[in-house]
Amino acid sequence: MTVGSDVRLMQGNEACVEGAIAAGCRFFAGYPITPASEIAEVMSQRLPQVGGHYIQMEDELASICAVIGAAWGGAKACTASSGPGISLMQEGIGYAAATETPCVVINVMRGGPATGQPTLSSQQDIMQARFGSHGDYEIIALTPSTAQEAFDMTVQAFNLAETYRVPVYVLSDEVVGHTREKVRLRHDLAEVEREAPPKEGYQPFRPGPNGLLPGMPAFNQGYKLLVDGQLHDETGNRAGHDPIKSAALVRRLCTKITDNVKDLTDVEELFLDDAEVVVVCYGSSARPALEAVYAAREQGIRAGIFRLRVLFPFPAWKLAQVAAKAKALLVPEMNIGKLVIEVDRVANGAAVVSLPKLGGLMHTPAEILGAIQKAAEGGERP
Amino acid sequence: MNELAEKYLRKSALPTILCPGCGDGTVLGAFLKAVDELGVIDQLALVGGIGCSGWLPVYVNADTMHTLHGRAIPFATGLKVTDPNRKVVVFTGDGDCLAIGGNHFIHAARRNIDMTVVMLNNGIYGMTGGQVAPTSPHEARTQTTPYGNPEAPFDACKLAIAAGATYVARWTAGHPHQMARAFKEALNHPGFAFIEVLVQCPTQTGRYMKGGADPVAMLEEIRQSVVPVSKAARMTPEEMAGKLAVGVIHKEIRPEFTAELIALNGGAAR
Repeated sequence: MTVGSDVRLMQGNEACVEGAIAAGCRFFAGYPITPASEIAEVMSQRLPQVGGHYIQMEDELASICAVIGAAWGGAKACTASSGPGISLMQEGIGYAAATETPCVVINVMRGGPATGQPTLSSQQDIMQARFGSHGDYEIIALTPSTAQEAFDMTVQAFNLAETYRVPVYVLSDEVVGHTREKVRLRHDLAEVEREAPPKEGYQPFRPGPNGLLPGMPAFNQGYKLLVDGQLHDETGNRAGHDPIKSAALVRRLCTKITDNVKDLTDVEELFLDDAEVVVVCYGSSARPALEAVYAAREQGIRAGIFRLRVLFPFPAWKLAQVAAKAKALLVPEMNIGKLVIEVDRVANGAAVVSLPKLGGLMHTPAEILGAIQKAAEGGERP
Repeated sequence: MNELAEKYLRKSALPTILCPGCGDGTVLGAFLKAVDELGVIDQLALVGGIGCSGWLPVYVNADTMHTLHGRAIPFATGLKVTDPNRKVVVFTGDGDCLAIGGNHFIHAARRNIDMTVVMLNNGIYGMTGGQVAPTSPHEARTQTTPYGNPEAPFDACKLAIAAGATYVARWTAGHPHQMARAFKEALNHPGFAFIEVLVQCPTQTGRYMKGGADPVAMLEEIRQSVVPVSKAARMTPEEMAGKLAVGVIHKEIRPEFTAELIALNGGAAR
């Protein structure tokens, strides 16, 4: 259904496609998988309309590798998958991190492990996004809660990938991916244009003062690039045998993200001025959390929301400030309790309550409200 | 320094990782000869897999990706689709191409995507120390088949043809001129071109499989094990036992993937 030219009813998966195209994505390689297949389907329809290309590869590892090839070929590129497919991609994602290849990976999370629950939702893969490939590296992960955010955050993901020269995850899930909602196809989200670096004296892996690589070159533009997944020096030549150069690269792959955590922090804060019970949430499980907090407020309970839109790098500095004033931090997650470990590190004396939910269904607002009430009944801050 | 080496090698990447007596350098030399004669250095997008052979493109001063084990062809696919004018060349080994990368290989051949895949076949995993490969002969002794290889080897060219490759040739490190000609044909072929080169590996195949590490003797043995395609066609299966044909084994023209993609998608633009 079309409501005006820029407002449409669409599912989160379709919104990811429109966000990608708005951000300048012109290449997608993928492999069908539930519940992410609609992204491939709509990409195959939409990309040719804007002069881009969809290709279906033989598996997900081939898909991420084709995406990396396309990124160095000069295109903004992405892939999308779920559980098993994202697991297969991990080697390529590590290669993208090591070679500082801008690309976007959309994970429409389903229940795991293994083939798991193809048609139901989860947030079980958040730590896979952060740590899934071998070795030390950092990524950026965004967690949309709505179809609108699926659009907005996919745009943001492409922009961050270009700025930080890093693979960026959009951690959607089955609920966000398949829920049809009103989406405004915003034109006010600026696209970060890819700029070709100057050729004079160019060293492709020499960072600027901020630790980031300036611009993004492409093949066959005269750079004579050497892109290598082995640890390399600033020229791109292998340096795995050199402990100093190897350490310098790996440290920078991590610190270029972690040192910029304040710039990358993106949190929705609600009622935090006086909140004594703070629900720390992200993605689809923030939806019942929001309703529960409103219900708690109606009952006179001083509850608030700390919703992470950028999950990683984790904004510990900001949560620590909130935790210092709170009595309890509640962490509803559709997994066994994963982000709660990060929350616990910065609890600052507040009680930390994990609200794990397994089985594929979202929390109900009543479940979270019950936990808020119980936490509010507790005594003063310990 | 050799004139072609002076002109085309990436000096900062030298010396090579190749062992003394290795056949891979001959392949690189023949490739550079073809590149020089065609004048296509600026159009090249080179992609290396993992293994000794995967290092060859790193030594060429062209745009190069040194990728993941088995995955060079998918990376190359992304490079080709984003600019069909590129001359995309993959350097891979028998383990890289046929074992860990086997599925990518057959699907790229099926698509008939315009790229050249050069597979250097030493019959063993050389870089990792001499383990059995999908091309090791039956009963061969390697570091992981100490009692003999129970498996049969792949015929990579037959596999390529069956999967849909439209230019398939095989040569040996003892045929540098024929190899250079094949590279030129492959670089100009509008489709998936596969060139297998049998190379001597004195360090691993020689020591563990052959009981000696004399590269000249190994190369001579390889040369004796092949017969020209035209002669092979007249030989019985019994006469061809243990031998491989060299030359251009297959050549056809059929729709190429990138061109088809652009043609079919062209109607969608609005």
